[in-house]
Amino acid sequence: MMEVTRRQTLALGAGAFLTDLLAAGAVRAAGKDTLTIAYNVNLPSFDPTDGPSAVNPTIQAIYRSIFDQYIGQAPDLALKPGILTAWGWNDDKTKLWMDVRPDVKWHDGSPLTPEDVVWSLERAGAKDSANPISFIWSTAGNYKIDGNRITADAIRFEPTFFMWMAFLTGYVLPKAYYEKVGAEGFEKKPIGSGPYMVDEYQGNAFLRLKANPHYWGDKPAFETVIFKFVPDATTRVAEIESGSSDITLEVPYEEFDRLKKVKGLSGVATPISDIGMIFITNKEPMLDKNVRLAAIMAIDKKAIVDRLLHGYGVPIETLETSEYSAFDPSIKTPYDPKKAAELLAASGYSPQKPVKFTIQTTRGFKPKDYEMIQAIVGMWRKVGIEADIEVYEIAKHFELRTTHKLAPAAFYNWGDAIGDPTTSTGFAMFGPSPHSAWKSDDLDAKIGPLWGEKDEKKRIDGWKAVDAYIAEQGYVIPLLQYVQPILYKSDLKVTPNKSGALQPTLVSPAA
Amino acid sequence: MIALAVLRRLLVALATLVGVAIVVFVLLRVVPGDPVAMMISPGASAADVAALRAHYGLDGSLLSQFAVWVRYALRGDFGTSISLHRDVLALLGERLPATLELATAALEFAVIVGGATAIAGAMARRTWAESVIDAVNGLLLAIPDFVWALALVLAFGVVWPLLPLTGRVNPSVAAGMATPFYFAESLARLRFDVFFDLLKHLALPTLALGLPLAAVIARVLKGALNEAMAQDYVLLARLKGMSELRLVLQEALRNAIGPTLALTGVQFTFLIGGTVIIERIFAYPGIGNMAIEAVINRDLPLIQGLVLVFAVIFILINIAVDLLVALFNPRLRHA
Repeated sequence: MMEVTRRQTLALGAGAFLTDLLAAGAVRAAGKDTLTIAYNVNLPSFDPTDGPSAVNPTIQAIYRSIFDQYIGQAPDLALKPGILTAWGWNDDKTKLWMDVRPDVKWHDGSPLTPEDVVWSLERAGAKDSANPISFIWSTAGNYKIDGNRITADAIRFEPTFFMWMAFLTGYVLPKAYYEKVGAEGFEKKPIGSGPYMVDEYQGNAFLRLKANPHYWGDKPAFETVIFKFVPDATTRVAEIESGSSDITLEVPYEEFDRLKKVKGLSGVATPISDIGMIFITNKEPMLDKNVRLAAIMAIDKKAIVDRLLHGYGVPIETLETSEYSAFDPSIKTPYDPKKAAELLAASGYSPQKPVKFTIQTTRGFKPKDYEMIQAIVGMWRKVGIEADIEVYEIAKHFELRTTHKLAPAAFYNWGDAIGDPTTSTGFAMFGPSPHSAWKSDDLDAKIGPLWGEKDEKKRIDGWKAVDAYIAEQGYVIPLLQYVQPILYKSDLKVTPNKSGALQPTLVSPAA
Repeated sequence: MIALAVLRRLLVALATLVGVAIVVFVLLRVVPGDPVAMMISPGASAADVAALRAHYGLDGSLLSQFAVWVRYALRGDFGTSISLHRDVLALLGERLPATLELATAALEFAVIVGGATAIAGAMARRTWAESVIDAVNGLLLAIPDFVWALALVLAFGVVWPLLPLTGRVNPSVAAGMATPFYFAESLARLRFDVFFDLLKHLALPTLALGLPLAAVIARVLKGALNEAMAQDYVLLARLKGMSELRLVLQEALRNAIGPTLALTGVQFTFLIGGTVIIERIFAYPGIGNMAIEAVINRDLPLIQGLVLVFAVIFILINIAVDLLVALFNPRLRHA
């Protein structure tokens, strides 16, 4: 019998490893029935209604793959039937009704019932709820079920109630299963009713999903979807360039321009519902209207988009993008450095005697955020504004904003995937909102009555008027609408989503 | 004697851990970045914010929060992660093995490569080969681990896509591991497909972490070897006709290894710290990667648990190094 020495065993092992390595050749993504996405964020939690990940817009693409929203949303942000096939208010807006889709099944094969919908809504709106959007869900109550129809009382009329059903935390969860396994059990083995079922999950590494055979909607194009969590942009670029992943997003614009020309790769860049803006806080020297307006007029937004963002951005005049329902193209805040200098001169400032304040910004949180602020500070300097840049972490921004301690100017980005003015101008500018920076009675008096306005046209017109007033007073500096770059293999077809959620259901093999 | 020394070290370690726990607890609550502020919805009222704060146990005074944390920690309950919604101890138990596997692989690589380089350098002293070794070693020392990581991503991800860039195992293959110790389990279950897959995924982060440490080991060990090679006992051995290789391995190495071991221990703690950024770049699911997410989300219970785990690792490494140095140096053993 032949004896194998330890050295020979080791050599055999090394040989097998190298053979395996070389035989595999170049690393490639999985087969045709699998879609591998190099995703830019990690999935921290499977509960789409609780904790910080529930309000992270980027993660919604994953949640929408596993769970169904009460109401669906098309790539152009329009609402469409989801678990609810129809919905509405009674005439005096004191009651609401919803029809639940029949024949929907959870991933374990059990039926999704109106009880699940009511339980999800009541859980979301409960007083002790950890749902960050409970302030919306708590505006309805006293739910009643009659067949597939659910009716409820409007505790307070909330015009965006149904819109939120297609947005953050608007997901239907399985009552019986959740109560059986509890929160921790749900995290370990989540089930939903969405197009994909969780197959395997490794936090900070990957999530593997399998197509849901019970799905009520269109059959998913891929049997398997793998989300690789790759937060580092350089590594995402390498993932797509090496063929290890089929599709990726949020790569640097320079790399996007280079890679979309590479054979076998394609790219699409679409404006999404995220904007970049500078909050103005109502403290000195921003209490001077001339300073505020000068700060706005001195910024050449087009130059920033063209030169810093390679053209991937859309300058905006208000906090509403063209996709939002209260977008008003007649509102203009033109670039006019001469007028800016005149306004500053009227308040006693000049390039020789500049007005001074601090501007806070993140660095690397959004594309070219710090560089944008550097460019803006340069533009300001020419007209008589001297701003010191203070870099902060996003966590600090939130804390300062909720405690109303932001610097006179603070860069941030704002998302509004339902396109309603309450979620853009409303929450960003209404004084009592914990997320507003400018807090003044004149503005609150204009915004206040709009929250519960029952006449939709009057409501939208009201918000347009508010936006015009904000632009006239210079209470905020809208900068640009972001463009999301997506790179993918040329044998795929990708439908860009205005909400920014790269949903696997919007990707299919090219015909 | 050694048992007493170990006991003394363990007591000091316990005191250190208590100190770390207090400092981290206080620091996390005084530095800017409120976890609740990151979850507040735009339309939340002051009452909503207060309710959310109470939900996460952040509404009491600093002292009362610490008392609650200590009371539960003594029972082995380190709380529930705010962002991951899971028991902190269970999470650490799941992720720590991945980091330990990576760190151990990097250390093994560094010791083998650094040791071999040092021995080659010592044997080639005062020749052009020594200059080449020193120059290459200097280059390796000058480049930090995260730069290596990016260079490796470029080399093996773009130029020569031979190795997987991200993760711990191939996501399209069901590894089916029952424990978080994938290497040991794959070998124990004779799952060589998983074992080789793990090796492939470990290769690049191991190189990124191990190369700078290998350079440190090479430089220190080579210096110590050169010093030892000039000693009388080595001269005597050489006069007896011993070959250069045997001189280095049998005579010089034993005396040169003490300072190298001590320094390797210190550097290994830096290597563990380095896993944070390396795991991030390679999307490797260890505690380092989890630590970054925890800090971004201001996940206080998880950060506390992570820092304590890192502290325990550092303390254990230091104790192990002290014991090993004593083992190799009889003078210290009997001191």
